Amino acid sequence: MSVETKVEYEIVIGLEIHAELSTESKVFCGCRTTFGADPNSLVCPVCLGLPGSLPVLNRKAVEYAIKAGLALNCEIARYSKFDRKQYFYPDLPKAYQISQYDLPLCRNGWVEFEINGEVRRVGINRVHLEEEAGKSVHSGERLLGSEYSLIDYNRGGIPLIEIVTEPDLRSPEEARVFLEQLRQILLFTGVSDVKMEEGSLRCDANISLRPKGSTKFGAKTEVKNLNSFRSVQRALEYEAQRQREVLESGGTLYQETRHWDENRGVTVAMRSKEEAHDYRYFPEPDLVPLVVDEAWIERLRAELPELPRARQARFVEQYGLPRYDAEVLTTSPQLADFFEACVAEYGQAKPVSNWIMGEFLRLLKAEGKAVEQVQVSPKGLADLLRLIDQGVINANVGKEVFEEMFHTGKEPGAIVKERGLEQISDTAALAAIVDQVIAANPDAADNVRNGEMKAIGFLIGQVMKQTGGKANPKVVQALLRERLLGG
Amino acid sequence: MMETRDGRSVAAGAGELPRLTAADVAKVAAQARLRFTDEELEQLSGQLSDILRMAAELKAVDTEGVEPTAHGIPVYNVMRDDIPVPSMPQADVLSGAPEAKDGYFKVPRILEEA
Repeated sequence: MSVETKVEYEIVIGLEIHAELSTESKVFCGCRTTFGADPNSLVCPVCLGLPGSLPVLNRKAVEYAIKAGLALNCEIARYSKFDRKQYFYPDLPKAYQISQYDLPLCRNGWVEFEINGEVRRVGINRVHLEEEAGKSVHSGERLLGSEYSLIDYNRGGIPLIEIVTEPDLRSPEEARVFLEQLRQILLFTGVSDVKMEEGSLRCDANISLRPKGSTKFGAKTEVKNLNSFRSVQRALEYEAQRQREVLESGGTLYQETRHWDENRGVTVAMRSKEEAHDYRYFPEPDLVPLVVDEAWIERLRAELPELPRARQARFVEQYGLPRYDAEVLTTSPQLADFFEACVAEYGQAKPVSNWIMGEFLRLLKAEGKAVEQVQVSPKGLADLLRLIDQGVINANVGKEVFEEMFHTGKEPGAIVKERGLEQISDTAALAAIVDQVIAANPDAADNVRNGEMKAIGFLIGQVMKQTGGKANPKVVQALLRERLLGG
Repeated sequence: MMETRDGRSVAAGAGELPRLTAADVAKVAAQARLRFTDEELEQLSGQLSDILRMAAELKAVDTEGVEPTAHGIPVYNVMRDDIPVPSMPQADVLSGAPEAKDGYFKVPRILEEA
């Protein structure tokens, strides 16, 4: 019998995240940053790199980058500068990207996130400010015998932050959960709209394996083209497995860049030229250095909102909500704000949470709307809950009323009146209907008399049907019991 | 020790600078997407070596205790407010393009994937 000792590997992952900043104009010129405009309609001599044009830094972009750094617990550099990163690619009209090299704006931060009940902390190596490249649309058609690309420079020059983590992540799942947390922080901070599907949040991942217990890093792969949170996890799971197989079969791994193929579910090696990574950085002579003083940093720090994890903890503490509710309600700052405004109107948190997590989110999802596009006012929802509490309408009719409020923004009281939805609690009026229903359903009535209580639900349903759903179910049930079971 | 253009001798660097070869220049040229003949590479390697030697004179300066700087003038924080201004008309943008299609610049495809 031979004893095989199998090496156990540890996965080491670091991420590079690019997030577009939500400024109105580009980082070095006044062109608009609107997504989805006609190609090459939002460009000018500066972002096209025409000779003689000069960049001027957008103050808001700097402030957003600093805010992102503060939200990620970074040190803010008192002195930083811009550098040119040189490479040739058609989406880069100047043949260099204005970026930051040795003196980034933010450094040495961290982010905490929770996974499987455990709090994990990931180091943030740096956050720097740079400009976006344009966008290539690759065509399958052929141009003079070779394929060609179409270039739209509208995106070129939109401010971007690059966030580089330390290699602190230890599984593909951790990488995904961390990225979701990072996205939420940027969303709450209000510096980026972080839409992965529109490309305003992008992620590359570095992954390597090493024998458990080793402190040396293995040869890493950089994985590109990760277009969703799910693909981040899938691509890294694939890549970890691929590397493990190479190592276990006695092979050697080399540092390389691989492209995630979403459809095939594999990573593919990218062919790259030898000097491709010699970016020959040098200081951007057209931009003066940036000096950030304490007062500016403190002013920006004071503008930071409560961040997602803090807000979740407060929701549990202050409103006595279950953790799950707190998590759902803090998926966006707008939703969290709406919840708090409703609670302020209504007084109790849990019923508000139930309605928001139930009907409100159901309708939002069904109609693909954002919270801020919805007509329901916090007072409207509070009034609706009070109408139900007071027995003016029952909970089912409440859902109907809510749906109309959602679409029209009308007051619930007005909707109830207009559509005659008041609950019928009047015993005399309901008794007549109950008697009719019993007469029309003798079998079900007998079943109830014989103690089969499931049948009473059927009879209540019939009364509801007769009254257009408006009967007070408690009164109906009492009447049925009285008649069939003698009280 | 080396001699500067005005004949002074300074105790620094340039003597340690290896002379650029034609191959070095060819590599730099490739990175800048420039193409030269062999004769030009030979000529340029000499000229570039001279330029580097000249720049190396700066190494003689005592910079002990001097902060590194990327810019020669003490001007900082030149910024603009985040206010959009009109862009160029698309027709003007594309007027200098060798080829355009549907409002896009049309370029030969660069293959980077496997």
